[in-house]
Amino acid sequence: MTLQTPIATASAPTSSRPSPVETPLRRVLREFASSHLALLGLFVLGLIVLLALFAPLIAPQNPYDLMQLDVMDGRLPPGSQSLNGMTFWLGTDDQGRDMLSGILYGLRISLTVGVSSALIAALVGASLGLIAAYAGGRTESTIMRIVDLQLSFPSILVALMILAFLGKGVMNVALALIIVEWATYARTSRGTALVERRKEYIEAAECLVVPRWRILFKHLLPNCLPPLIVIATVQVARAIALEATLSFLGLGVPVTEPSLGLLIANGYQYMLSGKFWISFYPGIALLVTIVAINLVGDHLRDVLNPRRPS
Amino acid sequence: MIGWLSRRVLQALFVVLAMTVIVFIGVNVIGDPVEILIPPDADQAERLRVIAQLGLDKPLWEQYVSFLSGALHGDFGKSFVFSEPALQVILQRMPATLELAICAVLLAIVIGIPLGLYAGLKPNSIFAKTAMAGSILGFSLPSFWVGLLLIMVFAVQLGWLPSSGRGETRALLGIQWSFLTLDGLSHLALPALNLALFKVSLVMRLVRAGVREVLPQEYIKFARAKGLTERRVIFVHVLKNIMIPVVTVIGLEFGSTIAFSVVTESIFAWPGMGKLIIDSINMLDRPMIVAYLILIVFLFVTINLIVDLLYTALDPRVRLDSEG
Repeated sequence: MTLQTPIATASAPTSSRPSPVETPLRRVLREFASSHLALLGLFVLGLIVLLALFAPLIAPQNPYDLMQLDVMDGRLPPGSQSLNGMTFWLGTDDQGRDMLSGILYGLRISLTVGVSSALIAALVGASLGLIAAYAGGRTESTIMRIVDLQLSFPSILVALMILAFLGKGVMNVALALIIVEWATYARTSRGTALVERRKEYIEAAECLVVPRWRILFKHLLPNCLPPLIVIATVQVARAIALEATLSFLGLGVPVTEPSLGLLIANGYQYMLSGKFWISFYPGIALLVTIVAINLVGDHLRDVLNPRRPS
Repeated sequence: MIGWLSRRVLQALFVVLAMTVIVFIGVNVIGDPVEILIPPDADQAERLRVIAQLGLDKPLWEQYVSFLSGALHGDFGKSFVFSEPALQVILQRMPATLELAICAVLLAIVIGIPLGLYAGLKPNSIFAKTAMAGSILGFSLPSFWVGLLLIMVFAVQLGWLPSSGRGETRALLGIQWSFLTLDGLSHLALPALNLALFKVSLVMRLVRAGVREVLPQEYIKFARAKGLTERRVIFVHVLKNIMIPVVTVIGLEFGSTIAFSVVTESIFAWPGMGKLIIDSINMLDRPMIVAYLILIVFLFVTINLIVDLLYTALDPRVRLDSEG
């Protein structure tokens, strides 16, 4: 850290602000960039998101267009040629689908379900946590009791229970993930908000008779964001992993919209006969995604934690 | 103490009751039992007759009361698939799951504590750093994927260990166990290791953090100044003081080990209750689902209660706090 300070002060005069003090955002960005591992994670993550976004343009074939598939191409090892001359770089599954295309399309579903459920859970959980911290009394104890109760059961059990009631489907999995995850956000945001609400700027806002919702969401929420961002990053990885697990068990996404977990499940039965690629490559894609997110999240935690030893 | 205990037990009972309501509503209101139980070609009179027979025409609270009294008597109805009482089917599968979970927790202790001790005592050694980095993987990788890798390497490529089933079992106290035969043990190895990996990472990190915290304390310096051997300092003075959080977490994790055995059992075709519930959900075997959920909630609440009591017994400060 000491090596970096001169650079920071040197760059300060070039900024448009008159004060030589580094803004918190700039400090976070600079410290984040100081870890090569975290930057690598961010780079890989960016690449994965781009691959998922542009899957229809990049993928050699549309794996769900039956016209493009030929069962004769089924279970070919990586690198082999199809009947019409296409190369299957990662092999094919039992339906003759190109695994590379399957993985790119699967990434889309995995990421969409993971990210959207984590974001909605963050919205619901953080709001409830803030309300609990700000309202206090019975509201707080009711919300926190539910949080405690839910967190005393492991996430897979809660998700299993919800899917047993609702049945499989993309929306149902997303809903299960939201219900599993909101409690973590609520606990974190309440913890942070309890500290923040005693500070003077909240007191000042209360003296100015600023409306309650405004205090909650315009004053309190922005100051509670750093730990929530860290939790959200890690929770996206957890959501993707949990979705993959549920889909692997056959309780998650339907066969028509296979995520990485379902692709792995499809190849699982062929693994024992040595046709490893059907499960292995989707698994690698899942692994790289989760590790990349965790690398970024881990380093964000170090950078955003105000109590860290510097 | 008695007051605290009774309050805690009451709380646990309330949680179980609340969960029965949730399960009841989830199964009977969100899903419609009539759709599953009545053949689609049944006429209206037949439908009404079955609905009346199942008591589904009564008000919801009456249905709940009869469901609850059945549950209290251990009666969750007959499984559609096995045509046996649901609870009985689950209880038959329970020893297999318990065996797997206990082996996993034992593995976590046997591997995790020495690794954590080493990483705490020599934090800068390469081995400790590798183990810590590995523990991050143990945390973040989905366990089903690790299980597949284990099968791929040890069962398919190397052919050392079997990848499915319980192997040969032998009876002890009237229940079949795998760990009593060599063949059973070899079947147990991969699933137990798979289930243990997450716990190994957890125990290791916990022990390491504890060692780092305890080592600079005065009483450790004093023990060393007294001239005690390093071995005695580490195994008595350090280890004894970090055991409270470790015991708590291992206790609490036992419940989640049973929950996560759902995944491991499905991969390794281990005939326990975790595989049973997945099969039941896929086959819409409603009485089995209900019986499993109520049973596992009960199990969890009981484990939490026991851990709480143990914690109070181990650490007098908790006891004093709750009284004061």
